[in-house]
Amino acid sequence: MNFLDPRVDYIKKRFEKIDRVIGVSSAKGGVGKTTISVFTSLLLKQKGYKTGLLDLDIYGPSTHIILGVKNRKLKENFGVEPLDIDNLKFFSSIFFTDNKPFPMRGNELSDAILEILTIVNWDELNFLIIDMPPGFGEPTLDLLRLTKKIEFLIITNPSIISLETVKKLIQILNEGKYKILGVIENMKSTEDDLIIKSCEELKIDYLGSIPYFYDIETIFGNVDTMIESNVSLYLDKILNKILI
Amino acid sequence: MHEWALADAIVNSSLKLAKDKGLPKVNEIFIRIGEVNNIDIDAFNFALSEIMKGTILENSKIIFNEIQANLKCNNCGFIFNYKNEFDRLSEDEKESIHFIPETVHIYIRCPNCGSVDFDFIEGRGIFLEDIK
Repeated sequence: MNFLDPRVDYIKKRFEKIDRVIGVSSAKGGVGKTTISVFTSLLLKQKGYKTGLLDLDIYGPSTHIILGVKNRKLKENFGVEPLDIDNLKFFSSIFFTDNKPFPMRGNELSDAILEILTIVNWDELNFLIIDMPPGFGEPTLDLLRLTKKIEFLIITNPSIISLETVKKLIQILNEGKYKILGVIENMKSTEDDLIIKSCEELKIDYLGSIPYFYDIETIFGNVDTMIESNVSLYLDKILNKILI
Repeated sequence: MHEWALADAIVNSSLKLAKDKGLPKVNEIFIRIGEVNNIDIDAFNFALSEIMKGTILENSKIIFNEIQANLKCNNCGFIFNYKNEFDRLSEDEKESIHFIPETVHIYIRCPNCGSVDFDFIEGRGIFLEDIK
C-alpha cells in the first residue's frame, strides 16, 4: 500500500515563501560552483536582499570552509533555523555530520535531501542560492520535482572537458523547459572564445567571465574581505544582468 | 526536537487528502512512524493537536503505527536490529539521526563486517497512512 509522504507538499509550501531559487550548477566538478555560490549569496545579501545559501553537495560540502563556519547547534523553530551569518542564512549538512564522511546510496541521498528541505525553516527570502553537487543525479532531479521556480546558473571552465558535460546539463534543462539564467566562464586565463561561441550555438546567455585568481583561498573565512575582493567585482557585474 | 515541523507537514497532507476524498470532517488520522526517526510521540501528538485547531481535523483521534527498524548490510548480507546499535550512540549522534536519519551511516557500522553500506529494510520515515 502506498502511504503519503508529507514532506513533498510541505517542501513546496516552504518554497512558496522564497521569491527566487537559484541552483549553481555545472555537472562537472572543480569548476568553482561552490566559490561562486558563496560569493553570489554574499553579494546579494550585501545589496540588501534577504538571502539564503544551501549547500546540497552532501557528499562533499565545502561552503562552510569558504565562509569560515564551524559546526554548531542550530536553533529550533518549526524545524531548524539556518545559521545567521551577518544576515546571510546558511545551511549545510555539516551541522549534523560533525564534518565526518557521509556515505550512502542514491535513494538514501534523495531521502536526506527531502529531509533537509523539510526541516530547514528559511521563512521568507528573496533569494535562495543552492550550491549543487556535480552531475545531474538526485539533488538536481529532486529539486526539479519539488519546485518549478528553480533557475540555473551554469558554471564552466574555459575547457572542452568541462564544456562537454555542461552541454549535457543544458540539454536536460532545455528538454524540461527549466529556466537557465546563463553561463559564467570561471577561471578564465586566456582570450580564447570557446565558451562564448558555444553559448551562441546553444542559444544560452553568456553572462561573463571571472579570471583565475590563484590566491583566492587566502581570503576564505573573511567575509568582509571576500565582499571587497576582485572576484566580487567581476561577479557583481554578472549578477546585475540576472537581477533584472 | 523538530516535531512541530513534522506535525505541520502531516496536517498539511491530511487537509489535502481530506479535500481529495471530499471529506467535510476528519475523525481519525493514521500515521506511520519509523523507529529511526526517533520521534517523541507525546511532543508530536501535542504539536498535531495544536496545529489542527480550527481546521476540519480538530479533535481527530490520532493513531500511531510505530515500525521497528531493521537494517541489512549490502556488503555481507547480515540483518541487524537498529535499536541495539542506536542505544550505544552519544546524545549528539542520536540527535543528528533524529533530524537526518541517513546520518546513521556516519555513526553506525554493520556489527558483522564493519561496513557503512547497509539499507533500511523497514522503519524509516513518517507517512500519512490514511484519514477517516
